[in-house]
Amino acid sequence: MCSIGIGYDLSASTFSPDGRVFQVEYAMKAVENSSTAIGIRCKDGIIFGVEMLVLSKLYEEGSNKRMLNIDRHVGMAVAGLLADVRSLAESAREEVSNFRSNYGHDIPLKHLLDRVAMYVHAYMFGCSFMLGSYDEDDGAQLYMVDPSGVSYGYWGCAIGKAKQAAKTEIEKLQMKDMACRELVREVAKIIYIVHDEVKDKAFELELSWVGEVTNGRHEFVPRDIKEEAEKYAKESLE
Amino acid sequence: MPLSAEPSWMSCEVSTGTTIMAVEFEGGVVIGSDSRVSAGQSVVNRVMNKLSRLHDNVYCALSGSAADAQAVADIVDYQLDLHSIDMGGLPLVKAAANMVKDISYKYKEEMVAHLIVAGWDKSKGGQVYGTLGGMLIRQPFAVGGSGSTYIYGYVDSAYKKNMTKDDCHTFVSNAVSLAMNRDGSSGGVIYMVTITEKGTEEKVILGNELPQFFDD
Repeated sequence: MCSIGIGYDLSASTFSPDGRVFQVEYAMKAVENSSTAIGIRCKDGIIFGVEMLVLSKLYEEGSNKRMLNIDRHVGMAVAGLLADVRSLAESAREEVSNFRSNYGHDIPLKHLLDRVAMYVHAYMFGCSFMLGSYDEDDGAQLYMVDPSGVSYGYWGCAIGKAKQAAKTEIEKLQMKDMACRELVREVAKIIYIVHDEVKDKAFELELSWVGEVTNGRHEFVPRDIKEEAEKYAKESLE
Repeated sequence: MPLSAEPSWMSCEVSTGTTIMAVEFEGGVVIGSDSRVSAGQSVVNRVMNKLSRLHDNVYCALSGSAADAQAVADIVDYQLDLHSIDMGGLPLVKAAANMVKDISYKYKEEMVAHLIVAGWDKSKGGQVYGTLGGMLIRQPFAVGGSGSTYIYGYVDSAYKKNMTKDDCHTFVSNAVSLAMNRDGSSGGVIYMVTITEKGTEEKVILGNELPQFFDD
């Protein structure tokens, strides 16, 4: 739904007569302009896939990554204004560090999520992000926060310009029964499927995961596994 | 002649002289203490329970200055209340021990207190942490207080891995009893608390029920 709310859209504390906060909606539009990122939870971990549009051949390959570590065991994949993302990630990292200092153990993801979502709600950020982690006690967890500060837990979610198409593809998967190693290929395939060859030209696929396969650490998928996943993705498109 | 000859116990620091102890077993912990509080050579309380609740699943045993130890336990009790509501469940024993350790280390020059923190949580089961001097170390069993020096030999020889809950009860009551026999600052009754997944059980062993050893 697209509309301009003139007069009620200058502040995030103003409601329009039909009950909308336009600043939040505009922030969501900023996210929709960004390229797609997806996150899927399987039985033993989380996989993130990001479509990194290459705007110029002069860019160094792999700069401006859109997957970040908030802690060893927590990964974040983002869509939206990257500068806002960096600032938010920095605050989240401080939160994690303070928790560890006070309580002596890794922050549970649900708790971190609540804190970061509250922060997003208090200050406006033009980004959506997904947080994922895996540990022995709580298993795999995946959450997504949008610019309004609302968060949900997911088995699969997508943010960015092709999120609708990506969601349709994700729904076809039986992720609850799959392991990370199989799911990596499916994530690569979905990114290839939703990438718009006409409007956006070149892109790089970024994949990261956290799960039993990485011993609970959030890492970029190793090159050989990533190449194999990309090969599978390209072949499925033919 | 001094104008007010106040008895010496009124100017002595009130100390939980003490013998305290905690031991892990499969499924929980047993934590025990004596009950004597002294001010100098006077016993000012002979039935004090030195096992303080930090949360439903975590207790600590107090030793050193009574005021200092209680102050630390009260602060951590309060902090854990908030923390457990924030987290939506029982706190980890390690988190409680960390909080005790932070205070003990920050104020180590101003305070004389050692708290042994013990409890049960879903993540690692029964755990005992020593926080002497502001460190944090997990141990299969820990002893503390002035009376502990008399029983290091006993606990080192009597401890076995994989003891049952009842074995631990015997271990703790024997050890604390022996310490109470030799340490002037320990005595009275033995308080024991057993913490498991199901909850906590408190027990008191009165003077006439204490395990008896060679006592000329």
